[in-house]
Amino acid sequence: MPFSRRLAPYLLVLPGGLWLAVFFVVPVAMMASLSLQTGNLIDGFRQTFHWQNYTDGLGTYGDTFVRSLWYGLLATILCIALAYPAAYWIAFRAGRRKSSYLLLLLIPYFVSFVLRTVAWKLVLTDNGPVLGPLRDHGIVPSDFHVLDTTTAVVAGLTYTYLPFMVLPVYVALERLDPRLIEAAHDLHADRTAAFARVVLPLSLPGVFAGVVMTFVPASADYVNAEILGGPRNTMIGNVIQAQYFDDGAYPVASALSFTLMAILLAGIFLYARALGTRGILDTPTP
Amino acid sequence: MKFPARRRFSPLRLYTLLLIAWLLLPIAVMIVFGFNDVHGKQNFRWEGFTLRWYTHLFAKPDLTTAALNSLTIAALSTAMATALGTPLGLALARHRFRGRGTATAVLFLVIACPDLVMGASLLSMFVTFDVPRGYPTILAAHTMVATAFVATTVRARAVSLDPSLEEAAEDLGATAWPRFRLITLPLITPGILAGALLAFVLSIDDFVIANFTSGTTLTFPLWIWASTRTGTPPQVNVLGTLIFAIATALAALAGIRGSRTQRKPASRAPRSADAVGR
Amino acid sequence: MSPVRRRDALRLAGTALALSACGVKGRAATPDVTSFWAGKRRTGRLSWANWPGYIEDDRATLTAFEKDTGIRVAYREAIQEMGPWFGKIRAPLAAGQSIGFDLMVMTNGIQLEQCRRLGYLAPLDLSRLPNFAAHAAPGFRNPSYDPGNAFTVPYEAGITGIAYNTKYVDEEITSIAQLFAPKYRGRVGMMSDAQELGSFGLFSVGVDPETSRPSDWEKAAARLRRQRDDGIVRKYYTQDYVDAVSKGDVWLTMAWSGDVYTLTSPDVKFVVPSEGGTLWTDNLCIPRTASSPVDALTLMDWLYLPAHNAPLTEFVNYITPVSGVQEIVRRDAAQATGRERADLTRLGASPLVFPSASDMARLRRYRRLTPDEQPRYLGIFEPIARGS
Repeated sequence: MPFSRRLAPYLLVLPGGLWLAVFFVVPVAMMASLSLQTGNLIDGFRQTFHWQNYTDGLGTYGDTFVRSLWYGLLATILCIALAYPAAYWIAFRAGRRKSSYLLLLLIPYFVSFVLRTVAWKLVLTDNGPVLGPLRDHGIVPSDFHVLDTTTAVVAGLTYTYLPFMVLPVYVALERLDPRLIEAAHDLHADRTAAFARVVLPLSLPGVFAGVVMTFVPASADYVNAEILGGPRNTMIGNVIQAQYFDDGAYPVASALSFTLMAILLAGIFLYARALGTRGILDTPTP
Repeated sequence: MKFPARRRFSPLRLYTLLLIAWLLLPIAVMIVFGFNDVHGKQNFRWEGFTLRWYTHLFAKPDLTTAALNSLTIAALSTAMATALGTPLGLALARHRFRGRGTATAVLFLVIACPDLVMGASLLSMFVTFDVPRGYPTILAAHTMVATAFVATTVRARAVSLDPSLEEAAEDLGATAWPRFRLITLPLITPGILAGALLAFVLSIDDFVIANFTSGTTLTFPLWIWASTRTGTPPQVNVLGTLIFAIATALAALAGIRGSRTQRKPASRAPRSADAVGR
Repeated sequence: MSPVRRRDALRLAGTALALSACGVKGRAATPDVTSFWAGKRRTGRLSWANWPGYIEDDRATLTAFEKDTGIRVAYREAIQEMGPWFGKIRAPLAAGQSIGFDLMVMTNGIQLEQCRRLGYLAPLDLSRLPNFAAHAAPGFRNPSYDPGNAFTVPYEAGITGIAYNTKYVDEEITSIAQLFAPKYRGRVGMMSDAQELGSFGLFSVGVDPETSRPSDWEKAAARLRRQRDDGIVRKYYTQDYVDAVSKGDVWLTMAWSGDVYTLTSPDVKFVVPSEGGTLWTDNLCIPRTASSPVDALTLMDWLYLPAHNAPLTEFVNYITPVSGVQEIVRRDAAQATGRERADLTRLGASPLVFPSASDMARLRRYRRLTPDEQPRYLGIFEPIARGS
């Protein structure tokens, strides 16, 4: 093999790899180091290797962590339930218009979430177009409301991350060779059986990728809880964000972010093991 | 080919359309309130129809700047990420080399890592090294995220290609560059386009990472957030509508182009039609 | 207030003064005005960082200033919130580097206090601020957060009081105690900011926030916690409470005067509670590393001429620190026609923009916190809105 041939992959990888190293790997390392420092914004921070930031953070905000993971889980389950049928229909039935439908699912992202969430507030307000009539007709009790509740936050999370579930599931289904389904029918499998024995198992890698891509950001989200949630819906992202910006408590904030990342990655790893996927890195991404 | 779903009523089709409607509902609200004839500073009650905000679109210079920042950062980071991520994705798909596992893992981590953690870690680095934050740091951060997405989509695409096509070209005496330009590039274009689209969307929508890396430069979402203190002006809705319209048009165009490039190689290389034509 | 309490308060005020005197003697706040301004010259350029929506859309005030003085202004809406803003300017200011701005607008509070103490701000040469001396309204001179206006002059101010929607609340709201009433369970909005929330908690237990002690903070926090745990608070707001109260999601809420004014809704009323309200101020200040401090000082003074300030107030609708503006607004109203006339008439008569003397007398500022007190204060009040 000529020299240039052997060198080629490194040359291809170098620019992008370097960028990712400088702006992802190094920052994460810096954050890890910062999480073991003590001090304050004014006097500066010193590397003390105290684990106190971690124990304090988990001690004070342990229940917030649990709540965030719980909301993330709920939103993920809802996303699977909502996304799968649509992805299925687009992959198998939408024909030539597949890409148009996919685009329709993605375009809400062309609008900043700030505007989208503000719009949701307009829609979901107590006396708004949805709840107003429901209450006037006595369908819901007079003090019923959606805004500032757990329901609103989980619904907001589901809304925000739904496309991240639809896309990988779609990709997995779309890759599926239709002849496999025909084969199943030839073997006298009815539609349900063909779905349960052929389509569903083969689409699971997509669902897996979708779970990673929704559960992780949903658990770390803070905007939905901030705008749509009430006093009891604070998520760990709100705490981290406030620690960085309002308090300048960088070490504690770093420790909390690092803990969050560790929990989520450990979760993904265990989940991948439990699911027996061939290796999480091979899952299709959109 | 026939599309039975379009002939008869299908509950799944109805469901999909309802889901899309749900996703688009807040966009519709945003567009409508861009035509709201408000007189106070708060734009959340319908007060009548006007085109005033379209004709006075650029009346708020800093809002215009912020929107331009968002657009240019999205465009630049997409372009840079395409340049950085395409070779990376190709190398990961086609070559075995030392560090391949690490590179793949890093890509996965970037995609899986919550924005909050990425923003926080970037801020940690900038604070530690006293890097002034501003336009360049947002651009660098967005490029980083986008590179991972482009590399991943290109890799996914390139893995499924038939290597015999390139081998054939090599047998026919094509040297490295023409081989890449004429064979490989058209084949991986859908992957590049998908990655670029994701990169653009993630950049234009991003609030969290920009919030951590922005310094005194404000992007469109950051400006909106800040303006809630004194009332978000309807121009925000109008700009949101226009960005939405432009981005949608571009994406649709890219989609059309993408599907054309997809078809061409498939007809030339029927053997790999399954992998390419999709 | 009982005599004992008043004596306590006085003693505390004395301590606070003594403390602030120490601060003045310390490295940070030495107002070495002469040495700072010696050799500083006009450059004809000025770079100004402000919050969005704090100047007319067409920048008419800036145009007028440029015409009057020949100083060109680069104006940027660069500030979104005080915490992040401080995070951004701290490093360059600590290193003695420019932050790219000669003038910035900072709210009185933790971050401004830190900038003051750390010597990040240029000491003001009051002799070059004759308009400020002549026209600053009494309530805005020599504020507790910046004794003697050593580093800041107010730009705009606002009141934190209570807004309530008369469609849902059928009694008159006059006091903070009503924010704690069980009958409004789930219909009360509070602010999440620790200083705003803390001040209202302190008012509610009968303590003046400005002179409060840590034991008062505990007591106030306990009351606020009970209010939260009893389900009375629907939400802790950062800034989006205005639409909530106008649409009836909450019926009564802590609110800023300017927001309620711009709401222009006949249903939503604003009151300064009987226990007291908070007066907060957004202040003009010059970073020590500014490259055109003289030009910045010129703008500060220029803005204090009532005729220059009036158009700004007519746009911003917050409380102006310049006296005599109300008369100009009323005169403008008399000369205007149509819708503009109605708007200006309303403005000139509004107690939200031109508060009455009795309202002003009930207003207090945030507690000024020493570096040692700050973590304690935040540690007590911050977790409340964060649900822990």
